[in-house]
Amino acid sequence: MRIPPAVTQRAAVGLMWALTILTLGVLLFIIAFILANGLPHVTWTFLSTSPESMGRAGGVLPMIVGSLWVAGLAVLISAPVGVATAVYLTEYTREGRLTAVIRFGADCLAGIPSIIFGLFGFVFFTITLGLGFSILSGALTLAIMVLPTIIRTSEEAIRAVPKSYRDVSYGLGSTRWQLVTRVVLRSALPGISTGVVLSVGRSISETAAVMLTAGSALGFPHSVFQSSRTLALHFYVLSREGLSMPNAYATASILIIAILLINLSAYALMRRFVAKVV
Amino acid sequence: MTQVPSSNGGVEQAAEWLMRRQPAAPAAYCPVDRPAKMRIEDFGAAFDGTEVLRRLNLEICACERLAIIGPASGGKTTFLRSLNRLNDLNPGFSKTGRILLDGKDIYDRAMDVAVLRRRVGMVYAVPIPLPWTIYENIAYGPRMAGVAGRGRLDAIVEGALKSAFLWDEVKDRLADLATNLSGGQQQRMCVARVLALEPEVLLLDEPCSGLDPISTAKIEDALLELKSKYSIVLVTNNTKQAARASDRTAFFLMGELVEVGPTSQVFTNPTHHRTADYITGHFG
Repeated sequence: MRIPPAVTQRAAVGLMWALTILTLGVLLFIIAFILANGLPHVTWTFLSTSPESMGRAGGVLPMIVGSLWVAGLAVLISAPVGVATAVYLTEYTREGRLTAVIRFGADCLAGIPSIIFGLFGFVFFTITLGLGFSILSGALTLAIMVLPTIIRTSEEAIRAVPKSYRDVSYGLGSTRWQLVTRVVLRSALPGISTGVVLSVGRSISETAAVMLTAGSALGFPHSVFQSSRTLALHFYVLSREGLSMPNAYATASILIIAILLINLSAYALMRRFVAKVV
Repeated sequence: MTQVPSSNGGVEQAAEWLMRRQPAAPAAYCPVDRPAKMRIEDFGAAFDGTEVLRRLNLEICACERLAIIGPASGGKTTFLRSLNRLNDLNPGFSKTGRILLDGKDIYDRAMDVAVLRRRVGMVYAVPIPLPWTIYENIAYGPRMAGVAGRGRLDAIVEGALKSAFLWDEVKDRLADLATNLSGGQQQRMCVARVLALEPEVLLLDEPCSGLDPISTAKIEDALLELKSKYSIVLVTNNTKQAARASDRTAFFLMGELVEVGPTSQVFTNPTHHRTADYITGHFG
């Protein structure tokens, strides 16, 4: 028996709606569940004091500061490297074996589980280079981890700059460096910023890689050579060791809100970018 | 110089003006004893081994308007892009022969390509404003050449826009985005952008292909004015435009130069029958 096209059409639309609602529903449920359990415990004292008795009481100020340090430093290191790589791949070489190898390498980096980065960072940065459990070790490890994202998004943004701009710029007697800095990067900046902002989000939420490199000290970090526990790791420790579920949820709430804000700003940047190009 | 009406001046007025417009004064043919600004010697070009231009010999004189006509894929654009080495950007490009600018080979190692492109400026078929303000667009070339200082740049921008007959229309909105200009204005802005570099040779690759008659006339008038200072090479698909806006005309066919001569002669008494066929519209 043939099913009429109108029926299959309606069935397909219905199915897609159901799946979309399911996806969004799961996401919203997770966020709502954590915020419902955590937000009541997020008070000014919680945000502005240090933890006491291993996190059973007190606040999370050192973790907020530590997260900002680790994520900020990681992106500060990887953004220039990633953007420079993207510029090299798009503007300074012709497609060939070398660019293929670099891209393949970046894609492989993107696929490696974060705990492996953590292990590498632990062996290389904390032990071999003698940086110990420190903000710097964690930031360097995360920098390598988010590098592929930054390279890829920057590459896409640079490729989206119309080719004709290059003709114009060269035709007006610019050097390649002037073309890249004055025309290409200027036009690609919103797209590049989007990738960088998303990398900040990824760095802030990373747990496994920082556990093995930045350590889990509870004290307030005063320099990048000190160990510092990040928010994500603090949540992990609190819940894993059953120290305080309310405080774990409160920590998670702060983390989720931070990441939502970061992603929203990334989308705002992206919209500006699209509006400009189209 | 005839007075150019403003673009929004009404269709009737524009049409009347177009009809009243004097045909270009009898072309002053570049005398043979005048030194050539550019000399093309046995020049050939190929992309990935496919020959696009064959054994080209041609001179571009100082202060003339040379039109290049011919059917599509005859090598006109490749020729133009060879004159300021824009073809170098294509990895498959290779060339034979020489192109001299004031007696110096432009493909010589000692030639600074950036300087060459400032001396030999290019206007493209489609206006390509960079997504910045009008002022920034015009000032870009001089800035890259190291010109600094608001006063000097202001003067350059004003002069270039006046030479391109655009100043009166945009003088109050130099800080507006160039992309908001009309098509004809954008193309004149692109001319101004090149003129801001005070080039010696001005290359135009079908600059009026997408423009209305009024904008076309304005650009042609600008070219007439500009030829006192520059050598102008105009590639055009419009034989009528070549007839009214050039001193000499070269006919390209399948990558070869068929003939070149004073425009009046090429159009009234061409030496080659292929030229005659093309001009009278038998092919192309």
